[in-house]
Amino acid sequence: MEGTERKVKILVTKPGLDGHDRGAKVVARALRDAGFEVIYTGLHQSLDQIVHAAMEEDVDAIGISILSGAHMYVFPTLINMLKEQGLDDVVVFGGGIIPTDDIPELEKAGVKKVFLPGTPLEEIIDWVKENVKPRAVSF
Amino acid sequence: MGLIEEVIKGNPRAAARIMRLIEDDVPEAREALKKLYPYTGKAYIIGITGPPGAGKSSLVDRLVEEFRKQGKKVGVVAVDPTSPFSGGAILGDRIRMQRHSTDPEVFIKSLATRGHLGGLSKATDDIIQVMDAMGKDVIIVETVGVGQDEVDIVKTADTTMVVTVPGLGDDIQAIKAGILEIADLFVVNKGDKPEADKTVRELEMMLDMSAPREDGWKPPILKVSATKGEGIKDTMEALEKHRKFLETSGRFESYRKDRVAHAFENLLRDKLFHMVMSKLKENGTYDKLLEDMFSKRKDPYSVIEKLRCQCVLDTENN
Repeated sequence: MEGTERKVKILVTKPGLDGHDRGAKVVARALRDAGFEVIYTGLHQSLDQIVHAAMEEDVDAIGISILSGAHMYVFPTLINMLKEQGLDDVVVFGGGIIPTDDIPELEKAGVKKVFLPGTPLEEIIDWVKENVKPRAVSF
Repeated sequence: MGLIEEVIKGNPRAAARIMRLIEDDVPEAREALKKLYPYTGKAYIIGITGPPGAGKSSLVDRLVEEFRKQGKKVGVVAVDPTSPFSGGAILGDRIRMQRHSTDPEVFIKSLATRGHLGGLSKATDDIIQVMDAMGKDVIIVETVGVGQDEVDIVKTADTTMVVTVPGLGDDIQAIKAGILEIADLFVVNKGDKPEADKTVRELEMMLDMSAPREDGWKPPILKVSATKGEGIKDTMEALEKHRKFLETSGRFESYRKDRVAHAFENLLRDKLFHMVMSKLKENGTYDKLLEDMFSKRKDPYSVIEKLRCQCVLDTENN
């Protein structure tokens, strides 16, 4: 009843048409093993679905796996949609096939971190531990 | 306190915030529940339980679709297990409910058990209260995949549905006590499999052999294929029949009374425990008692008997 620790909640999701979710599942599982609550939506999510899920589940962060090349559209659009919903304190991070040249622009758009292929899972976990906290209580 | 008014108006974002606070058990959650309490008790609550992989989420997805066709507002609470080792969880029930994932009148909430046994999470009943106060007409609660003895759902739901699948075991499994006794409705999912009829027959036999239920309700057995959408109409009719039965027999109301008592007892247990513990921990009494019990100078039974607690209900402010 009293004094329980708040848990970090993370939405792990795959937007759009690419059908490869191995990476997303591996990351979801690693985050679970690190003690986070992961909501996994599965493949082919529209941005509307992602924003809706993030709202209903009141997550602290959204991890996007994207291999389709649409990252320059997906990330900024999603971040704008989150803002419109008043969810601008949700941390957005991602990974996948993303050219390093694109990263500065994505970061400028509000993506907190982009993980490239080959990133050790520990690195992702450490980053999440450091950068994602339960969202503030506001009434 | 605009958040509370927003919840009562049905605002999903406000409701989501409060549900999260309830899950994390922060003090503000209790304040919110106090204010929402007068607006609760109207929704029809359906519990769905059964073994892992039986197709509970797929069935929920179909039922949501049917209720939406009737214009009902629907809440879904889906519980998945927390890892006993890391404390983390993967909540994947939304995967099967994609078709409703942007419908503003459908609210889907995933919960992790967080160490709670019995098939639900500790926050489940309070989350239902929020959905109820939001104005949801129907709230569907999906338990974790259960074995034989996780029956908390009966205390939470008006109608309990047990979902099973062909090929889980012989007819002895069907006569054991536990989850099979709690069903108001049986669903044999994956009914397109050849052994499905055998499973239906075994359940029928089990029901024929058991003594009639005290309330006089005879649980129907429905053969369903949730992924193909077969048998869903019949399931909806059976649900409606049970709901009418609850209303005409007065159980709809008496279940609500039972739930009030159940919730109160749980809160009381928590409250008393914390009151006594904090008192005991003053001046190091607790540590000393533990030491005495460890060294066998005292035994725990006598220690408990010697507890005297002053319990005062401040009636003036109640």
